Amino acid sequence: MNVVLAKTETANATSDVIAVARDRLPGTGKVADLRRQALEAHQRLGLPHRRIEDWKYTDLRVLMREVLPLAAAPDAEALKRAAAALKLHAIAGVRRIVLVDGVFAPTLSETSDLGKDINIRTLREVLEAGDAALQAQLFAPDNSDAMVALNSAMMTDGIVIEVADNAAIALPLHIVHIASGAAPAAMFTRSLIRVGKHAGATLVESYIGAEGAKAYQVHDSLIVAIGDGARLDHVRLIEDSREAFNISSAVVTLGANAHFNTFGMNNGSLVSRYQAVISVAGEGSRVETNGVNLLNGRQHADTTLFLDHAVPNCSSREIFRAVVDDRGHSVFQGRIIVRPRAQKTDARMMTRALLLSDEAEADNKPELEIFADDVTCGHGATTGALDDSLLFYLRARGLSEKEAQALLIQAFVGEAIEQIANEALRELAISAAQRWLAARG
Amino acid sequence: MAAVQETVDRVRRIDVDQYRYGFETLIESDKAPKGLSEDTVRFISAKKNEPAWMLEWRLEAYRRWLTMTEPKWARVDYPTIDYQDLYYYSAPKPKKTIGSLDEIDPEILETYKKLGIPLREVEVLEGVVRPEGERRIAVDAVFDSVSVATTFQKELKQAGVIFMPISEAIREHPELVRKYLGTVVPTSDNYFATLNSAVFSDGSFVYVPPGVRCPMELSTYFRINERNTGQFERTLIIADKGAYVSYLEGCTAPQRDENQLHAAVVELVTHDDAEIKYSTVQNWYPGNSEGKGGIYNFVTKRGDCRGNNSKISWTQVETGSAITWKYPSCILRGDNSRGEFYSIAISNGHQQVDSGTKMIHLGKNTTSRIISKGIAAGVSQNTYRGLVTAHRKATGARNFTACDSLLIGDKCGAHTVPYIEAKNSSALFEHEATTSKISEDVLFYCVQRGLSQEEAVGLVVNGFVKDVLQQLPMEFAVEAQKLISISLEGSVG
Repeated sequence: MNVVLAKTETANATSDVIAVARDRLPGTGKVADLRRQALEAHQRLGLPHRRIEDWKYTDLRVLMREVLPLAAAPDAEALKRAAAALKLHAIAGVRRIVLVDGVFAPTLSETSDLGKDINIRTLREVLEAGDAALQAQLFAPDNSDAMVALNSAMMTDGIVIEVADNAAIALPLHIVHIASGAAPAAMFTRSLIRVGKHAGATLVESYIGAEGAKAYQVHDSLIVAIGDGARLDHVRLIEDSREAFNISSAVVTLGANAHFNTFGMNNGSLVSRYQAVISVAGEGSRVETNGVNLLNGRQHADTTLFLDHAVPNCSSREIFRAVVDDRGHSVFQGRIIVRPRAQKTDARMMTRALLLSDEAEADNKPELEIFADDVTCGHGATTGALDDSLLFYLRARGLSEKEAQALLIQAFVGEAIEQIANEALRELAISAAQRWLAARG
Repeated sequence: MAAVQETVDRVRRIDVDQYRYGFETLIESDKAPKGLSEDTVRFISAKKNEPAWMLEWRLEAYRRWLTMTEPKWARVDYPTIDYQDLYYYSAPKPKKTIGSLDEIDPEILETYKKLGIPLREVEVLEGVVRPEGERRIAVDAVFDSVSVATTFQKELKQAGVIFMPISEAIREHPELVRKYLGTVVPTSDNYFATLNSAVFSDGSFVYVPPGVRCPMELSTYFRINERNTGQFERTLIIADKGAYVSYLEGCTAPQRDENQLHAAVVELVTHDDAEIKYSTVQNWYPGNSEGKGGIYNFVTKRGDCRGNNSKISWTQVETGSAITWKYPSCILRGDNSRGEFYSIAISNGHQQVDSGTKMIHLGKNTTSRIISKGIAAGVSQNTYRGLVTAHRKATGARNFTACDSLLIGDKCGAHTVPYIEAKNSSALFEHEATTSKISEDVLFYCVQRGLSQEEAVGLVVNGFVKDVLQQLPMEFAVEAQKLISISLEGSVG
């Protein structure tokens, strides 16, 4: 495909953004080198557009147009606004770690009495003075994707979590990204969680905007390494401002007999994209990736999953649901690759979209790439409106049109939400869905 | 699957080398100079005695082609094609002027006999009278760049059906050709279609007038014979209001070490209440067991359901070609129109298949159905790539897609790349895909009952592809079934 494009104005603007921010980017020496490589990769590629296959349905040159300047470090006023927002989105029974405008906010976080099993540092610390191996791991994501490269070049802060071998961390860790400012700005964060052998942990990530924060940009990424026999439960909740952009990515690797259960719920932001690369590198591992998009207005949400089965005897399940109202646009791209060695792989993917309005759009691209013969792999995809006969049944029993719809929608997204292993987190997702339905009226 | 050494050896021996149609007919031919330029285009046009508008149309396509680049998105891998190293026109040299069918070069007749084109047709070629009432098929035989014979023309004429080589149609029915040519696959459509528009040499033209049900099956048999030639045929089928036609297409080529290019374009148009059923058994030479030689089959096929209540049905059995790049599509423009795609794609040896369909729902209450069965064996790669899309105005659009892949052996790959786009809430799309190998249990069951391993696989595969085979006209179904068993022979292991 012809992607050799002249450097656009946008590309020049992005260089300016980066030049201005240079002094605030942590790390020197090798880290600075890696940043430079990432920057060059991003500048070569520019913002993704529809001719790039992976971004076919999410043309950032049209939707986002430009990368905003790096947000200023939060002042007292910003932290106050963030604290207010935090109160509204508080989750009980978790250990909170807060990033305000892309910078770690110790006063809002609960990082004391960590115990010996868990170590939490900021990305800034690690990039400035961490060990080289960890720094290299933080730069593991591939620069071939323009937005990942941009994130690598610009990451200013984030949370680096290390869970010791055999540790069972009962209290879920909750990373909250808050945009505080009224001025449009971008934040670039990257976090990492390393779960030691036979350890277990739960990670929740939320994205919220303080009152008055509108058209900001979140550029985030997460690196997950799950050791042999370890387990990570992971939930992402995107409740950003309705004018915000959220461009996130994740790179996940699993050891042997490991287990990764992840769920993403998206009912915020104007344009969001979440791309995850999950590599199953050890035998006997299990992956469950599930997600729900609840969209209305002119929201655009893109979930792109890439599941890489490289070794035998692993299984994966993907269940994805999209409910799209008004002029919303939901995109699901799920790719499963089963490499030649990965015999006895059991991979399933099911994606379903529910269109509630005539102007809503849902695009599904479930892909299978199979190179091993002794496997069972399948995918299914459906798109459609609510079933008239079911609606009629409920109406005949005295429910109003809206009530009947709400009940059916709840059941529809419930199939994905049910897959969340942690009960408290499941409740959280259910209530988020209920709030969305209630707001529908 | 557990490979017994004996079977492995057998695979090696048989593999794809047992292509039945690999012989070559030694015949003198009349060729255009090698390479592609405006002169080549003019040469072909002149050879065909084409009117000026046709030449202009070709030249326009050629000039556009020069500005295009070869598509690279398909999951196929091949060395760069040197478009200047091909002959774009090759026709058997007539030994004398052909006055009647009897005077066709006996070498060619012999070729078709060897290809096993049903003897009944050959009898017709030779002018033998046959009993009334027997099921008949009219054949247009295309040998390299030209059509050598078209049977039953007279009888079809009585019914009002026009069935002739497209080169003849350009001269005899210019108004029809001009009205429809390039309206479904425009000259600017894609790299290979544009190339075809510039240099196409022959192919079939069918026009079925309003209310006529074509009295017999029509078929075209393509044969590439000459070395270093590309075959660029163009088929145009129009079913006017309420008409029906069933069309079959078959293809073979000699066994050669070099790769040959086949870039065809097929356009179908159905008006109100009309129906076209298009069946293909594609058996181009697939290359030898080392992946040497074979045909590059880069084909653009598209049907346009222009009228309300019209229907286009594609059925394909793809067993040949080194590389297949082909997506027979339906544009469902008319309200209540229907598109169907039934496909069996078998790849063995080093074959690469990237095939599928596009169902583009534009009209109200349009329905489509896709059944695709991919079977990969040897070290082949088999990809289904399809698009189902509903436009904003396509209320009540309905699609069902099932694409299943079967893997035989652990060196091959089977891939599914569907694009499902809904822009209308009343559209109802269902898609399912599975990939698996033949179940050990099922094989064990069969073997236990006295079947050999190969017979058991054959049985399972035939069951696997049954849904599609049923869509083929009888004669083709038998042929296709045989082909499938041959293509897979030796793949057990």
